[in-house]
Amino acid sequence: MNFDDTPQEAAFRAEAKAWISANAPKQYEEELRKSSLGRTALKGANILEVAKAWQKKKADAGWACLHWPKEYGGRGSSPIERVIWQQEEGPFGKLSGMFIIGHGMCGPTMMAFAGEEQKRKYLPPLASGEKVWCQLFSEPAGGSDVAGLRTRAEKSGDDWVINGQKIWTSGAHYSDYGILLTRTDPNVAKHKGLTMFFLDMKSPGVEVRPIKQASGQSDFNEVYFTDVKIPDSQRLGAVNDGWNVSLTTLMNERMSIGAGVSTGFPELFDFCNSLMLEDGPAIEDRSVRSKLATYAVKASGLRYTSMRAISALSKGERPGPENSIGKLVAGSMVQEVAMYALDLQGAAGVLSGPEDAEVAGKFQAMLLRAPGTRVEGGTDEIMRNIIAERVLGLPGDIRVDKDVPFNEIPTKGRA
Amino acid sequence: MNFDFSDEQKQMRDEARKFLAEKCPPKAVREVLDGKAPYDKALWKGLAEMGFLGVAIPEAFGGAGAGHLELCVIAEEMGRANAPVPFSSTVYLAAEALLLAGSDAQKQKWLSKIASGEAIGTLALFEGKGNPSPKAIKLQASGGTLTGMKKPVPDGAIADFAVVAARTGSTGRDSDISLFLVDLKAGGVEVKSLTNVDPTRGQAELTFKNAKAEPLGAAGDGWSILTQVLDRAAVLLAFEQVGGSDRALEMGRDYALDRIAFGRPIGSFQAVKHILADMYVSATLARSNCYYGAWALSTNASELPEAAAAARISATQAFQHCSKNNIQVHGGMGFTWEFDCHMYYRRANTTALTLGSLSYWEDQLIDRMRKKNAA
Ligand SMILES: Cc1cc2nc3c(=O)[nH]c(=O)nc-3n(C[C@H](O)[C@H](O)[C@H](O)COP(=O)(O)OP(=O)(O)OC[C@H]3O[C@@H](n4cnc5c(N)ncnc54)[C@H](O)[C@@H]3O)c2cc1C
Repeated sequence: MNFDDTPQEAAFRAEAKAWISANAPKQYEEELRKSSLGRTALKGANILEVAKAWQKKKADAGWACLHWPKEYGGRGSSPIERVIWQQEEGPFGKLSGMFIIGHGMCGPTMMAFAGEEQKRKYLPPLASGEKVWCQLFSEPAGGSDVAGLRTRAEKSGDDWVINGQKIWTSGAHYSDYGILLTRTDPNVAKHKGLTMFFLDMKSPGVEVRPIKQASGQSDFNEVYFTDVKIPDSQRLGAVNDGWNVSLTTLMNERMSIGAGVSTGFPELFDFCNSLMLEDGPAIEDRSVRSKLATYAVKASGLRYTSMRAISALSKGERPGPENSIGKLVAGSMVQEVAMYALDLQGAAGVLSGPEDAEVAGKFQAMLLRAPGTRVEGGTDEIMRNIIAERVLGLPGDIRVDKDVPFNEIPTKGRA
Repeated sequence: MNFDFSDEQKQMRDEARKFLAEKCPPKAVREVLDGKAPYDKALWKGLAEMGFLGVAIPEAFGGAGAGHLELCVIAEEMGRANAPVPFSSTVYLAAEALLLAGSDAQKQKWLSKIASGEAIGTLALFEGKGNPSPKAIKLQASGGTLTGMKKPVPDGAIADFAVVAARTGSTGRDSDISLFLVDLKAGGVEVKSLTNVDPTRGQAELTFKNAKAEPLGAAGDGWSILTQVLDRAAVLLAFEQVGGSDRALEMGRDYALDRIAFGRPIGSFQAVKHILADMYVSATLARSNCYYGAWALSTNASELPEAAAAARISATQAFQHCSKNNIQVHGGMGFTWEFDCHMYYRRANTTALTLGSLSYWEDQLIDRMRKKNAA
């Protein structure tokens, strides 16, 4: 058991460090370092442009999507090298936020199901951040129950015609492409009639409407499809096999381990160190310490859990459903941490303006973003189901709609 | 980086698990639980023969000379089996104190006896309620003898010798404390068994009346040695707690698959699934913190104090969480003497207190993190 770099790893680290130090947009380093969940805007700069420029620079020098094959814009790196890169990239890694869905989910799905020519055409610009991708799965009728979606795809000659609506699509407003899950056969059980495509978000008939979120920001959207044409060549996987394709996408999400889910702990620790309460520094208060310690061991537990996973990966083992715990734990923790940080501020905890609020309103922003973290990418409840069923081997939930043709499934709860 | 145990270490774990499954089934634990024996003597002898008692003791002192990672692996299995033997007091506390501060002669005498199973040792630190602190130590040393009282002393009623923390100064500083070795069979010590929450891990009151004692380590170094011993024991005990957590989770899972209610296995009810998922989460976080502790312990890293506190807290929380919810999943059956759930519940809640309480370690952790941050 050791944390030492092998000579090879040390060489990689040195190379990465030198390159980052020579090329990173240092002017934003401090601001990025201080930013936290719910607040990654840069003053006086368009974060999208800054992020794209950094990603492009990385791609040109061979540092983008490290684990992807070289021919698709990656570097063919090992999992450990990815982690080393993340460690060295530090706060600049926060600039990758807008690419996560594309790099973590759309790209791998394309890699598994697109034709060779398409991969060479679409993947490198995705890796380099020139083209941004989104994931069009969820619908008003199907979030947790993705297979309950209703957006239709109908064959018409060599094309498919899409009609329907997606919702909560992160980044759709600045995305160039998307992967899209549709219903192609409503007469069979819901999982059996789905088909996956990818499409150009600028296609005629695609309309993106930003949604104002509970946090007040607008990162996700509604997307409407009216007679949108997609050529059959942009189908991913077989017709009606979209469920399996989407499982590949979701499995790949777990590959993003080590990406470091935000827990809010380092921020809280620093805050308690600097905050003065009536009787002295917050961190000297017994009850504060007790809370902090509980959060500290959750945060370190997550950190070392991902190190264990990375060690397993580097020995050639595949990441399993056990990695669901990262998002489950971090999601609710970040929310608790934010609430606690506000509590420590007493009455003034309500203030969120950067001038008046402690640490420029960092925890207030975290508080307002946190509910989304517990929902996106699978709710806490779904994560627990995954652990219970796929890790512990407990029976699946009873699914009354399992063998019912999709068009006969009831659509409202209260009759 | 390789953040995992080696294949040889995993093999050792399998070996220990197999051995304990055979020699330490719940039936054997119950002999001690029911008060029929103070500890499982046959198991103790077997552990010595397997070389488990001296796994981290150098060969020069009669041990196997493997190391602390190997000891972590064994500790996890001891916890999983809920072994009713004085392993933690002898191996984590007494032996570690000797390894850290003993003279060659002391090591030669006691470590080899520990490794061969001839001597049971313990640490006599507490004097009634409270957490580890130099101020709380009143027991006096003078002229090579000790006078005063210690309780609770883990496995104190069956121990052959004790490492005793005593007051040797009155300056109000940590250097007032020194450590001593006392042969409990040599007279001068009154031993009284105490009733406690977990009978499989006995507790005693030791009253020292001019009991002969020899210094362990330099005079005035007692507190600093103790702190190191407690940190090291914290990691090892945390592995026991993780072993116990995993076993409790496994018991709950198995029961949830077997028990039918409302025409379905209860494990198909989401409320039950989610209890078990949360048990898995806490056990996994604890295990990962423990691995870090194991690394720090085995390499004597400067991170050890922080890593030990984190492992201790996380594992304490996990074992308490898993053992109480294991009973919940078992329903009424879980609350019977006959089912094994309460053995783990007892062990979880006593282990949580043996090296100082959860809140004590929480305090320690933040202190240590703060010092590191300031450095
Ligand atoms: C910030 C954010 C970004 C997102 N980005 C994207 C995106 O880019 N692309 C995309 O496709 N989607 C995206 N989503 C959608 C997200 O995947 C869904 O919101 C999520 O899966 C939950 O589905 P739902 O909203 O339909 O809630 P529902 O499924 O209606 O859930 C409501 C409640 O019921 C519970 N519930 C539902 N089913 C079960 C069950 N089987 N067992 C127990 N409890 C259950 C849920 O846990 C929840 O508490 C995003 C969501 C958020 C908040």
